[in-house]
Amino acid sequence: MDIRELYQELIIDHGTHPRNCCQLPNANHCAEGYNPLCGDKVKVFINTDNTRITKACFIGSGCAISTASASLMTEVLAGKSTQEALELSQAFKHSLTTETEDTAPELGKLTALLGTKAFPARVKCATLPWHTLEAALKEEKKIVNTESLEDIPV
Amino acid sequence: MDINTIRADFPILKQKIYGYPLAYLDSAATSQKPDSVINALSQFYQQNNANIHRGVYYLSESATKAYENARHSVQRFINAPHAKECIFVRSTTEAINLVAQCFGHLRVQPGDEIALSAMEHHSNIVPWQMLCEKKGATLKILPMNQRGELELDTLEHILTPKTKLLAITHASNALGTLNPIKKIIDVAHAHQVPVLVDGAQSTPHLKIDVQDLDCDFFTFSGHKTYGPTGIGVLYGKSRWLESMPPYQGGGEMISHVSFAKTTYNDLPYKFEAGTPAIAEVIALGTALEYIESIGWDFIRNHEQQLLAYATEALSSLPFIKLIGTAEEKIGVISFTMEGVHPHDVGSIVDQYGVAIRAGHHCAMPIMDFFNIPATARASFGLYNTLSDIDQLLQALQEVRKIFKL
Ligand SMILES: Cc1ncc(COP(=O)(O)O)c(C=O)c1O
Repeated sequence: MDIRELYQELIIDHGTHPRNCCQLPNANHCAEGYNPLCGDKVKVFINTDNTRITKACFIGSGCAISTASASLMTEVLAGKSTQEALELSQAFKHSLTTETEDTAPELGKLTALLGTKAFPARVKCATLPWHTLEAALKEEKKIVNTESLEDIPV
Repeated sequence: MDINTIRADFPILKQKIYGYPLAYLDSAATSQKPDSVINALSQFYQQNNANIHRGVYYLSESATKAYENARHSVQRFINAPHAKECIFVRSTTEAINLVAQCFGHLRVQPGDEIALSAMEHHSNIVPWQMLCEKKGATLKILPMNQRGELELDTLEHILTPKTKLLAITHASNALGTLNPIKKIIDVAHAHQVPVLVDGAQSTPHLKIDVQDLDCDFFTFSGHKTYGPTGIGVLYGKSRWLESMPPYQGGGEMISHVSFAKTTYNDLPYKFEAGTPAIAEVIALGTALEYIESIGWDFIRNHEQQLLAYATEALSSLPFIKLIGTAEEKIGVISFTMEGVHPHDVGSIVDQYGVAIRAGHHCAMPIMDFFNIPATARASFGLYNTLSDIDQLLQALQEVRKIFKL
Protein backbone atom coordinates (compact mmCIF):
# COMPACT_ATOMS: atom_id res chain seq x y z
CA MET A 1 0.00 0.00 0.00
CA ASP A 2 1.26 3.45 -0.87
CA ILE A 3 2.12 5.58 2.14
CA ARG A 4 0.09 8.35 0.52
CA GLU A 5 -3.04 6.34 1.11
CA LEU A 6 -2.28 6.35 4.81
CA TYR A 7 -1.49 10.05 4.79
CA GLN A 8 -4.38 11.13 2.58
CA GLU A 9 -5.71 14.71 2.41
CA LEU A 10 -8.24 14.38 5.17
CA ILE A 11 -5.69 12.85 7.57
CA ILE A 12 -3.08 15.50 6.89
CA ASP A 13 -5.72 18.20 7.21
CA HIS A 14 -7.09 16.96 10.54
CA GLY A 15 -3.67 15.77 11.70
CA THR A 16 -2.07 19.15 11.29
CA HIS A 17 -5.11 21.39 11.88
CA PRO A 18 -7.21 19.45 14.35
CA ARG A 19 -10.79 20.51 15.07
CA ASN A 20 -12.19 20.78 18.59
CA CYS A 21 -8.69 20.77 19.99
CA CYS A 22 -9.23 22.48 23.33
CA GLN A 23 -10.28 21.72 26.86
CA LEU A 24 -13.92 21.70 27.91
CA PRO A 25 -13.75 23.06 31.45
CA ASN A 26 -17.14 21.78 32.56
CA ALA A 27 -17.21 18.51 30.68
CA ASN A 28 -19.56 15.80 31.98
CA HIS A 29 -17.12 13.13 30.89
CA CYS A 30 -13.37 13.17 30.65
CA ALA A 31 -10.58 10.62 30.41
CA GLU A 32 -6.92 10.43 29.52
CA GLY A 33 -5.26 7.97 27.18
CA TYR A 34 -1.62 7.12 26.81
CA ASN A 35 0.43 4.95 24.50
CA PRO A 36 3.63 4.17 26.40
CA LEU A 37 5.34 2.74 23.33
CA CYS A 38 5.38 5.98 21.41
CA GLY A 39 4.42 8.45 24.13
CA ASP A 40 1.19 9.61 22.46
CA LYS A 41 -1.11 11.28 24.97
CA VAL A 42 -4.71 12.36 24.57
CA LYS A 43 -7.35 13.77 26.87
CA VAL A 44 -10.97 13.60 25.73
CA PHE A 45 -13.76 15.85 27.02
CA ILE A 46 -17.45 15.15 26.40
CA ASN A 47 -20.47 17.26 27.20
CA THR A 48 -23.90 15.68 27.11
CA ASP A 49 -27.40 16.92 27.68
CA ASN A 50 -30.04 14.43 28.80
CA THR A 51 -29.80 12.27 25.74
CA ARG A 52 -27.08 13.38 23.37
CA ILE A 53 -23.46 14.40 23.10
CA THR A 54 -23.51 18.15 22.62
CA LYS A 55 -19.78 18.73 22.32
CA ALA A 56 -16.63 16.63 22.16
CA CYS A 57 -13.12 18.06 22.46
CA PHE A 58 -9.61 16.75 22.95
CA ILE A 59 -6.12 17.88 23.75
CA GLY A 60 -2.92 15.92 23.55
CA SER A 61 0.31 15.31 21.78
CA GLY A 62 0.66 12.69 19.14
CA CYS A 63 1.37 11.88 15.54
CA ALA A 64 -0.80 12.94 12.61
CA ILE A 65 -2.69 9.65 12.72
CA SER A 66 -3.72 9.90 16.36
CA THR A 67 -4.41 13.62 16.09
CA ALA A 68 -6.54 13.15 12.97
CA SER A 69 -8.36 10.26 14.59
CA ALA A 70 -9.15 12.37 17.65
CA SER A 71 -10.18 15.34 15.54
CA LEU A 72 -12.48 13.33 13.28
CA MET A 73 -13.88 11.58 16.31
CA THR A 74 -14.90 14.83 17.98
CA GLU A 75 -16.65 15.87 14.77
CA VAL A 76 -18.65 12.72 14.26
CA LEU A 77 -19.67 12.38 17.90
CA ALA A 78 -21.71 15.56 18.10
CA GLY A 79 -25.41 14.72 18.24
CA LYS A 80 -24.95 11.02 18.97
CA SER A 81 -26.32 9.31 22.04
CA THR A 82 -23.83 7.74 24.40
CA GLN A 83 -24.93 4.33 23.23
CA GLU A 84 -24.47 5.27 19.57
CA ALA A 85 -21.03 6.69 20.33
CA LEU A 86 -19.94 3.48 22.02
CA GLU A 87 -21.28 1.39 19.13
CA LEU A 88 -19.46 3.57 16.62
CA SER A 89 -16.27 3.19 18.61
CA GLN A 90 -16.65 -0.59 18.59
CA ALA A 91 -17.33 -0.62 14.86
CA PHE A 92 -14.33 1.59 14.16
CA LYS A 93 -11.93 -0.45 16.24
CA HIS A 94 -13.35 -3.64 14.78
CA SER A 95 -12.69 -2.55 11.20
CA LEU A 96 -9.11 -1.65 12.13
CA THR A 97 -8.30 -4.90 13.85
CA THR A 98 -9.93 -7.53 11.66
CA GLU A 99 -9.13 -8.80 8.22
CA THR A 100 -12.49 -7.89 6.73
CA GLU A 101 -12.41 -5.77 3.61
CA ASP A 102 -15.92 -4.35 3.88
CA THR A 103 -16.24 -1.26 5.95
CA ALA A 104 -19.23 -0.56 8.10
CA PRO A 105 -21.31 2.14 6.38
CA GLU A 106 -21.79 4.05 9.62
CA LEU A 107 -18.08 4.90 9.72
CA GLY A 108 -18.55 7.72 7.19
CA LYS A 109 -15.43 9.87 6.96
CA LEU A 110 -13.69 7.73 9.56
CA THR A 111 -12.94 5.34 6.71
CA ALA A 112 -10.09 7.70 5.85
CA LEU A 113 -8.32 6.25 8.88
CA LEU A 114 -8.61 2.65 7.76
CA GLY A 115 -5.37 3.02 5.79
CA THR A 116 -3.56 2.37 9.07
CA LYS A 117 -4.56 -1.28 8.74
CA ALA A 118 -1.73 -1.77 6.30
CA PHE A 119 0.71 -0.34 8.88
CA PRO A 120 0.15 -2.47 11.98
CA ALA A 121 2.55 -0.45 14.11
CA ARG A 122 0.27 2.55 13.66
CA VAL A 123 -3.11 1.01 14.44
CA LYS A 124 -2.77 1.97 18.08
CA CYS A 125 -2.28 5.58 17.09
CA ALA A 126 -5.69 5.55 15.42
CA THR A 127 -7.50 3.73 18.21
CA LEU A 128 -6.05 5.61 21.20
CA PRO A 129 -8.63 8.46 21.12
CA TRP A 130 -11.44 5.93 20.84
CA HIS A 131 -10.30 3.85 23.77
CA THR A 132 -10.10 7.08 25.69
CA LEU A 133 -13.59 8.07 24.58
CA GLU A 134 -14.96 4.78 25.85
CA ALA A 135 -13.27 5.29 29.18
CA ALA A 136 -14.72 8.80 29.40
CA LEU A 137 -18.25 7.65 28.61
CA LYS A 138 -17.99 4.75 31.01
CA GLU A 139 -16.70 7.10 33.69
CA GLU A 140 -13.54 5.13 34.18
CA LYS A 141 -11.23 7.52 35.93
CA LYS A 142 -8.01 5.70 35.28
CA ILE A 143 -5.58 6.49 32.50
CA VAL A 144 -6.14 4.27 29.50
CA ASN A 145 -3.00 2.51 28.43
CA THR A 146 -2.84 1.07 24.93
CA GLU A 147 -0.49 -1.67 26.06
CA SER A 148 -3.20 -3.33 28.08
CA LEU A 149 -5.59 -3.33 25.16
CA GLU A 150 -6.28 -5.87 22.51
CA ASP A 151 -5.55 -3.85 19.40
CA ILE A 152 -2.94 -5.90 17.71
CA PRO A 153 -4.38 -7.06 14.40
CA VAL A 154 -4.50 -10.82 14.16
CA MET B 1 39.56 -1.15 4.94
CA ASP B 2 37.02 -0.92 2.15
CA ILE B 3 33.44 -0.19 3.15
CA ASN B 4 32.05 -2.39 0.39
CA THR B 5 34.02 -5.35 1.67
CA ILE B 6 32.62 -4.69 5.13
CA ARG B 7 29.07 -4.39 3.81
CA ALA B 8 29.46 -7.69 2.03
CA ASP B 9 29.90 -9.29 5.47
CA PHE B 10 26.33 -8.30 6.42
CA PRO B 11 23.83 -10.35 4.43
CA ILE B 12 20.81 -8.37 5.61
CA LEU B 13 22.13 -5.23 3.91
CA LYS B 14 21.77 -6.82 0.50
CA GLN B 15 18.01 -6.66 0.53
CA LYS B 16 15.64 -4.10 -0.86
CA ILE B 17 12.82 -2.65 1.21
CA TYR B 18 9.81 -1.50 -0.83
CA GLY B 19 12.12 -1.51 -3.82
CA TYR B 20 14.75 0.70 -2.20
CA PRO B 21 18.13 -0.37 -0.89
CA LEU B 22 17.93 -0.82 2.87
CA ALA B 23 19.40 2.20 4.65
CA TYR B 24 19.65 0.74 8.13
CA LEU B 25 20.08 3.68 10.48
CA ASP B 26 19.02 2.09 13.74
CA SER B 27 22.17 0.42 15.02
CA ALA B 28 21.76 2.09 18.41
CA ALA B 29 18.66 -0.08 18.89
CA THR B 30 20.39 -3.17 17.61
CA SER B 31 23.19 -3.72 15.14
CA GLN B 32 23.10 -6.05 12.17
CA LYS B 33 25.16 -9.23 12.30
CA PRO B 34 28.05 -10.28 10.07
CA ASP B 35 28.12 -13.70 8.40
CA SER B 36 30.75 -14.91 10.85
CA VAL B 37 28.39 -14.36 13.78
CA ILE B 38 25.41 -15.93 12.02
CA ASN B 39 27.60 -18.89 11.08
CA ALA B 40 28.95 -19.25 14.60
CA LEU B 41 25.39 -19.72 15.84
CA SER B 42 24.41 -22.33 13.31
CA GLN B 43 27.76 -24.04 13.46
CA PHE B 44 27.42 -24.47 17.19
CA TYR B 45 24.07 -26.19 16.80
CA GLN B 46 25.22 -28.24 13.82
CA GLN B 47 28.51 -29.47 15.20
CA ASN B 48 29.09 -28.62 18.80
CA ASN B 49 25.85 -28.49 20.77
CA ALA B 50 26.07 -29.89 24.30
CA ASN B 51 25.59 -28.49 27.74
CA ILE B 52 28.69 -27.06 29.34
CA HIS B 53 30.58 -27.65 32.56
CA ARG B 54 28.94 -31.00 33.17
CA GLY B 55 29.50 -33.63 30.50
CA VAL B 56 32.57 -35.84 30.43
CA TYR B 57 32.21 -36.51 26.72
CA TYR B 58 33.87 -34.91 23.75
CA LEU B 59 31.07 -32.56 22.69
CA SER B 60 30.49 -31.18 26.13
CA GLU B 61 34.15 -30.54 26.61
CA SER B 62 34.50 -28.76 23.32
CA ALA B 63 31.35 -26.67 23.95
CA THR B 64 32.74 -25.75 27.37
CA LYS B 65 36.03 -24.77 25.81
CA ALA B 66 34.34 -22.60 23.18
CA TYR B 67 32.22 -20.95 25.87
CA GLU B 68 35.21 -20.17 28.05
CA ASN B 69 37.22 -19.02 25.04
CA ALA B 70 34.52 -16.46 24.40
CA ARG B 71 34.95 -15.23 27.97
CA HIS B 72 38.61 -14.70 27.19
CA SER B 73 37.64 -12.80 24.04
CA VAL B 74 35.48 -10.54 26.19
CA GLN B 75 38.29 -10.11 28.69
CA ARG B 76 40.69 -9.09 25.94
CA PHE B 77 38.08 -6.88 24.26
CA ILE B 78 37.50 -4.71 27.35
CA ASN B 79 40.95 -5.34 28.81
CA ALA B 80 39.63 -6.83 32.04
CA PRO B 81 42.34 -7.97 34.45
CA HIS B 82 40.76 -11.42 34.88
CA ALA B 83 38.37 -13.48 32.79
CA LYS B 84 36.41 -14.41 35.93
CA GLU B 85 35.41 -10.76 36.25
CA CYS B 86 33.44 -11.02 33.01
CA ILE B 87 30.01 -12.39 33.83
CA PHE B 88 27.65 -13.49 31.07
CA VAL B 89 24.15 -12.12 31.50
CA ARG B 90 21.21 -11.58 29.14
CA SER B 91 21.84 -7.94 28.38
CA THR B 92 22.84 -4.57 29.75
CA THR B 93 19.46 -4.47 31.43
CA GLU B 94 20.10 -7.68 33.31
CA ALA B 95 23.64 -6.62 34.20
CA ILE B 96 22.37 -3.43 35.81
CA ASN B 97 19.59 -5.28 37.61
CA LEU B 98 22.17 -7.73 38.91
CA VAL B 99 24.29 -4.95 40.36
CA ALA B 100 21.25 -3.12 41.74
CA GLN B 101 20.07 -6.24 43.52
CA CYS B 102 23.33 -7.80 44.67
CA PHE B 103 25.52 -4.79 45.26
CA GLY B 104 22.49 -2.85 46.48
CA HIS B 105 21.61 -5.61 48.89
CA LEU B 106 25.10 -5.50 50.30
CA ARG B 107 25.80 -1.82 50.47
CA VAL B 108 22.69 0.30 50.49
CA GLN B 109 20.99 1.32 53.73
CA PRO B 110 18.03 3.58 54.48
CA GLY B 111 18.97 7.21 53.85
CA ASP B 112 21.71 6.31 51.36
CA GLU B 113 21.90 7.75 47.86
CA ILE B 114 22.48 6.41 44.36
CA ALA B 115 23.69 8.96 41.82
CA LEU B 116 22.59 8.83 38.17
CA SER B 117 22.79 11.28 35.30
CA ALA B 118 19.97 13.13 33.56
CA MET B 119 20.58 11.20 30.33
CA GLU B 120 20.11 7.62 31.47
CA HIS B 121 18.24 4.93 29.58
CA HIS B 122 15.29 3.55 31.55
CA SER B 123 17.30 0.42 32.25
CA ASN B 124 19.78 2.51 34.21
CA ILE B 125 17.01 4.29 36.12
CA VAL B 126 14.31 1.81 37.02
CA PRO B 127 16.49 -0.85 38.75
CA TRP B 128 17.87 1.90 41.01
CA GLN B 129 14.43 3.26 41.70
CA MET B 130 13.30 -0.22 42.69
CA LEU B 131 16.32 -0.56 44.95
CA CYS B 132 15.69 2.84 46.54
CA GLU B 133 12.07 1.97 47.16
CA LYS B 134 13.02 -1.27 48.83
CA LYS B 135 15.82 0.19 50.91
CA GLY B 136 14.52 3.67 51.67
CA ALA B 137 17.33 5.26 49.69
CA THR B 138 17.08 8.19 47.25
CA LEU B 139 18.28 9.01 43.73
CA LYS B 140 20.45 12.03 43.01
CA ILE B 141 20.59 13.23 39.42
CA LEU B 142 23.58 14.84 37.73
CA PRO B 143 22.04 17.52 35.46
CA MET B 144 22.81 18.29 31.81
CA ASN B 145 22.72 21.41 29.65
CA GLN B 146 20.72 22.21 26.52
CA ARG B 147 23.36 20.67 24.29
CA GLY B 148 22.97 17.41 26.11
CA GLU B 149 26.27 17.58 27.99
CA LEU B 150 26.53 16.71 31.65
CA GLU B 151 27.20 19.59 34.01
CA LEU B 152 30.33 18.18 35.51
CA ASP B 153 30.85 21.14 37.82
CA THR B 154 27.92 19.92 39.85
CA LEU B 155 29.20 16.36 40.14
CA GLU B 156 31.07 17.10 43.37
CA HIS B 157 27.87 18.41 44.94
CA ILE B 158 25.87 15.38 43.84
CA LEU B 159 28.30 12.98 45.48
CA THR B 160 27.99 12.90 49.25
CA PRO B 161 29.22 10.55 51.97
CA LYS B 162 25.85 8.83 51.57
CA THR B 163 26.37 8.09 47.87
CA LYS B 164 26.85 4.36 47.53
CA LEU B 165 27.21 4.22 43.75
CA LEU B 166 27.29 6.40 40.66
CA ALA B 167 25.56 4.62 37.76
CA ILE B 168 26.13 6.51 34.55
CA THR B 169 26.04 6.00 30.84
CA HIS B 170 29.20 6.19 28.78
CA ALA B 171 27.25 7.36 25.73
CA SER B 172 23.62 8.41 25.40
CA ASN B 173 21.40 6.42 23.07
CA ALA B 174 18.97 9.32 22.71
CA LEU B 175 21.40 12.23 22.34
CA GLY B 176 24.61 10.64 21.15
CA THR B 177 26.62 12.41 23.86
CA LEU B 178 29.89 10.69 24.67
CA ASN B 179 30.58 11.47 28.31
CA PRO B 180 34.11 12.12 29.62
CA ILE B 181 33.75 8.95 31.61
CA LYS B 182 37.31 8.63 32.84
CA LYS B 183 37.20 12.10 34.35
CA ILE B 184 33.85 11.33 35.95
CA ILE B 185 35.16 8.12 37.46
CA ASP B 186 38.19 9.95 38.84
CA VAL B 187 35.98 12.50 40.57
CA ALA B 188 33.71 9.80 41.96
CA HIS B 189 36.62 7.79 43.25
CA ALA B 190 38.06 10.89 44.90
CA HIS B 191 34.79 10.87 46.86
CA GLN B 192 35.06 7.13 47.55
CA VAL B 193 32.08 6.45 45.29
CA PRO B 194 32.24 3.35 43.08
CA VAL B 195 31.01 3.71 39.51
CA LEU B 196 28.92 1.53 37.22
CA VAL B 197 29.32 2.45 33.56
CA ASP B 198 26.47 1.63 31.18
CA GLY B 199 28.49 0.83 28.10
CA ALA B 200 25.62 -0.33 25.90
CA GLN B 201 26.16 2.52 23.43
CA SER B 202 29.90 3.03 23.69
CA THR B 203 31.15 -0.54 23.34
CA PRO B 204 30.27 -0.86 19.63
CA HIS B 205 31.99 2.41 18.76
CA LEU B 206 35.24 2.82 20.66
CA LYS B 207 37.93 0.80 22.40
CA ILE B 208 36.94 0.03 25.96
CA ASP B 209 39.67 -0.45 28.52
CA VAL B 210 38.13 -1.06 31.93
CA GLN B 211 41.51 -0.92 33.63
CA ASP B 212 42.31 2.44 32.14
CA LEU B 213 38.84 3.72 33.06
CA ASP B 214 39.16 2.10 36.49
CA CYS B 215 35.38 1.64 36.58
CA ASP B 216 33.97 -0.68 39.22
CA PHE B 217 31.34 -2.16 36.92
CA PHE B 218 30.91 -2.02 33.16
CA THR B 219 28.01 -3.41 31.15
CA PHE B 220 27.24 -3.99 27.50
CA SER B 221 24.86 -5.90 25.24
CA GLY B 222 25.89 -8.41 22.60
CA HIS B 223 23.19 -7.39 20.16
CA LYS B 224 24.46 -3.83 19.86
CA THR B 225 28.03 -5.02 19.26
CA TYR B 226 27.26 -7.03 16.09
CA GLY B 227 26.52 -10.11 18.18
CA PRO B 228 23.34 -12.03 19.02
CA THR B 229 20.44 -10.96 21.19
CA GLY B 230 20.01 -12.57 24.59
CA ILE B 231 23.60 -12.14 25.66
CA GLY B 232 25.34 -9.36 27.52
CA VAL B 233 28.30 -8.84 29.79
CA LEU B 234 28.78 -7.53 33.28
CA TYR B 235 32.34 -6.71 34.17
CA GLY B 236 33.00 -6.05 37.83
CA LYS B 237 36.12 -5.69 39.92
CA SER B 238 36.55 -8.98 41.70
CA ARG B 239 36.65 -7.39 45.13
CA TRP B 240 33.07 -6.24 44.56
CA LEU B 241 31.86 -9.35 42.81
CA GLU B 242 33.31 -11.61 45.47
CA SER B 243 31.64 -9.74 48.28
CA MET B 244 28.24 -9.65 46.56
CA PRO B 245 25.60 -12.33 47.18
CA PRO B 246 24.50 -14.40 44.16
CA TYR B 247 21.85 -13.03 41.81
CA GLN B 248 19.81 -16.13 41.06
CA GLY B 249 19.94 -19.57 42.59
CA GLY B 250 20.16 -22.77 40.59
CA GLY B 251 22.59 -25.05 38.87
CA GLU B 252 26.10 -23.94 37.94
CA MET B 253 26.25 -21.26 40.62
CA ILE B 254 26.70 -23.71 43.49
CA SER B 255 29.65 -25.55 44.86
CA HIS B 256 27.76 -27.86 47.21
CA VAL B 257 24.05 -28.23 47.89
CA SER B 258 22.36 -30.02 50.74
CA PHE B 259 18.96 -29.29 52.23
CA ALA B 260 20.71 -27.80 55.22
CA LYS B 261 23.04 -25.45 53.39
CA THR B 262 24.39 -24.49 50.01
CA THR B 263 27.82 -23.11 49.34
CA TYR B 264 28.28 -20.98 46.27
CA ASN B 265 30.59 -21.46 43.39
CA ASP B 266 33.45 -19.06 42.69
CA LEU B 267 33.44 -16.27 40.12
CA PRO B 268 32.19 -16.06 37.47
CA TYR B 269 29.82 -19.01 37.98
CA LYS B 270 28.34 -17.62 41.17
CA PHE B 271 26.46 -15.19 38.91
CA GLU B 272 25.67 -17.59 36.07
CA ALA B 273 22.88 -19.76 37.45
CA GLY B 274 21.39 -22.34 35.11
CA THR B 275 22.29 -23.28 31.56
CA PRO B 276 23.51 -20.10 29.90
CA ALA B 277 22.97 -18.89 26.33
CA ILE B 278 25.87 -21.03 25.12
CA ALA B 279 25.56 -20.44 21.38
CA GLU B 280 25.06 -16.73 21.91
CA VAL B 281 28.12 -16.47 24.15
CA ILE B 282 30.24 -18.20 21.53
CA ALA B 283 28.83 -16.00 18.76
CA LEU B 284 29.43 -12.91 20.91
CA GLY B 285 33.08 -13.93 21.04
CA THR B 286 33.01 -14.12 17.25
CA ALA B 287 31.40 -10.66 17.04
CA LEU B 288 34.08 -9.09 19.21
CA GLU B 289 36.76 -10.73 17.08
CA TYR B 290 35.00 -9.33 14.01
CA ILE B 291 35.15 -5.80 15.45
CA GLU B 292 38.82 -6.23 16.25
CA SER B 293 39.50 -7.47 12.73
CA ILE B 294 37.99 -4.25 11.33
CA GLY B 295 39.98 -2.21 13.82
CA TRP B 296 39.10 0.72 16.06
CA ASP B 297 40.86 3.30 13.92
CA PHE B 298 38.68 2.51 10.97
CA ILE B 299 35.48 2.29 13.01
CA ARG B 300 36.01 5.53 14.88
CA ASN B 301 37.10 7.49 11.79
CA HIS B 302 34.39 6.11 9.60
CA GLU B 303 31.58 6.69 12.07
CA GLN B 304 32.79 10.19 12.93
CA GLN B 305 32.82 10.97 9.23
CA LEU B 306 29.22 9.78 8.93
CA LEU B 307 28.27 11.80 11.98
CA ALA B 308 29.92 14.97 10.67
CA TYR B 309 28.28 14.58 7.25
CA ALA B 310 24.82 13.93 8.68
CA THR B 311 25.11 16.68 11.27
CA GLU B 312 26.08 19.23 8.67
CA ALA B 313 23.40 18.15 6.21
CA LEU B 314 20.61 18.01 8.78
CA SER B 315 21.51 21.25 10.51
CA SER B 316 21.46 23.07 7.18
CA LEU B 317 17.76 22.20 6.84
CA PRO B 318 15.69 24.96 8.44
CA PHE B 319 12.86 22.59 9.33
CA ILE B 320 15.10 20.21 11.32
CA LYS B 321 16.09 20.70 14.92
CA LEU B 322 18.87 18.55 16.30
CA ILE B 323 18.38 17.27 19.84
CA GLY B 324 21.77 16.60 21.37
CA THR B 325 24.59 18.75 20.07
CA ALA B 326 27.37 17.81 22.45
CA GLU B 327 30.96 18.43 21.46
CA GLU B 328 31.82 14.74 21.75
CA LYS B 329 29.35 12.30 20.23
CA ILE B 330 29.00 8.78 18.95
CA GLY B 331 27.15 8.20 15.69
CA VAL B 332 23.67 9.05 16.92
CA ILE B 333 21.58 11.95 15.62
CA SER B 334 18.25 12.73 17.23
CA PHE B 335 16.07 15.33 15.59
CA THR B 336 12.62 16.75 15.32
CA MET B 337 11.01 18.02 12.14
CA GLU B 338 8.87 21.12 12.16
CA GLY B 339 5.20 20.31 11.70
CA VAL B 340 5.60 16.54 11.60
CA HIS B 341 5.56 14.15 14.54
CA PRO B 342 8.57 11.78 14.70
CA HIS B 343 6.32 8.73 14.24
CA ASP B 344 5.03 10.08 11.00
CA VAL B 345 8.59 10.81 9.92
CA GLY B 346 9.57 7.23 10.78
CA SER B 347 6.63 5.64 8.97
CA ILE B 348 7.13 7.71 5.84
CA VAL B 349 10.90 7.34 5.49
CA ASP B 350 10.43 3.61 5.97
CA GLN B 351 8.57 3.58 2.67
CA TYR B 352 11.80 4.78 1.07
CA GLY B 353 13.85 1.99 2.61
CA VAL B 354 15.15 4.07 5.51
CA ALA B 355 15.01 2.45 8.95
CA ILE B 356 15.20 5.00 11.75
CA ARG B 357 13.81 4.98 15.25
CA ALA B 358 11.04 7.30 16.38
CA GLY B 359 9.93 7.66 19.97
CA HIS B 360 11.26 8.43 23.40
CA HIS B 361 14.15 5.95 23.08
CA CYS B 362 13.51 4.55 26.55
CA ALA B 363 14.67 7.86 27.94
CA MET B 364 11.51 9.75 28.88
CA PRO B 365 13.33 12.06 31.33
CA ILE B 366 15.42 13.30 28.39
CA MET B 367 12.28 14.01 26.36
CA ASP B 368 10.82 15.88 29.33
CA PHE B 369 14.03 17.88 29.69
CA PHE B 370 13.84 19.05 26.09
CA ASN B 371 10.07 19.39 26.38
CA ILE B 372 9.32 17.20 23.39
CA PRO B 373 7.26 14.03 23.20
CA ALA B 374 9.66 12.13 21.00
CA THR B 375 12.45 12.41 18.46
CA ALA B 376 13.40 10.73 15.23
CA ARG B 377 16.82 9.16 15.51
CA ALA B 378 19.36 8.00 12.97
CA SER B 379 22.24 5.98 14.35
CA PHE B 380 25.24 4.53 12.59
CA GLY B 381 27.13 1.29 12.55
CA LEU B 382 30.42 0.45 10.93
CA TYR B 383 28.59 -0.64 7.75
CA ASN B 384 26.77 2.62 7.02
CA THR B 385 27.67 4.86 4.12
CA LEU B 386 27.21 8.45 3.11
CA SER B 387 24.60 7.28 0.64
CA ASP B 388 22.52 5.85 3.50
CA ILE B 389 22.43 9.38 4.87
CA ASP B 390 21.59 10.82 1.45
CA GLN B 391 18.72 8.36 1.24
CA LEU B 392 17.46 9.64 4.59
CA LEU B 393 17.75 13.26 3.46
CA GLN B 394 15.86 12.47 0.29
CA ALA B 395 13.16 10.67 2.24
CA LEU B 396 12.79 13.64 4.60
CA GLN B 397 11.92 15.75 1.56
CA GLU B 398 9.18 13.24 0.74
CA VAL B 399 7.86 13.65 4.27
CA ARG B 400 7.62 17.38 3.64
CA LYS B 401 5.75 16.80 0.39
CA ILE B 402 3.24 14.46 2.00
CA PHE B 403 2.64 16.99 4.75
CA LYS B 404 2.41 19.77 2.15
CA LEU B 405 5.14 21.76 3.85
C1 LIG C 1 22.35 3.47 26.98
C2 LIG C 1 21.61 2.17 27.04
N1 LIG C 1 21.57 1.48 28.17
C3 LIG C 1 20.93 0.32 28.27
C4 LIG C 1 20.26 -0.24 27.20
C5 LIG C 1 19.55 -1.53 27.38
O1 LIG C 1 20.11 -2.51 26.62
P1 LIG C 1 19.39 -3.93 26.46
O2 LIG C 1 18.02 -3.64 25.97
O3 LIG C 1 20.24 -4.65 25.50
O4 LIG C 1 19.38 -4.54 27.82
C6 LIG C 1 20.27 0.44 26.00
C7 LIG C 1 19.52 -0.10 24.84
O5 LIG C 1 18.87 0.59 24.10
C8 LIG C 1 20.95 1.67 25.91
O6 LIG C 1 20.97 2.36 24.76
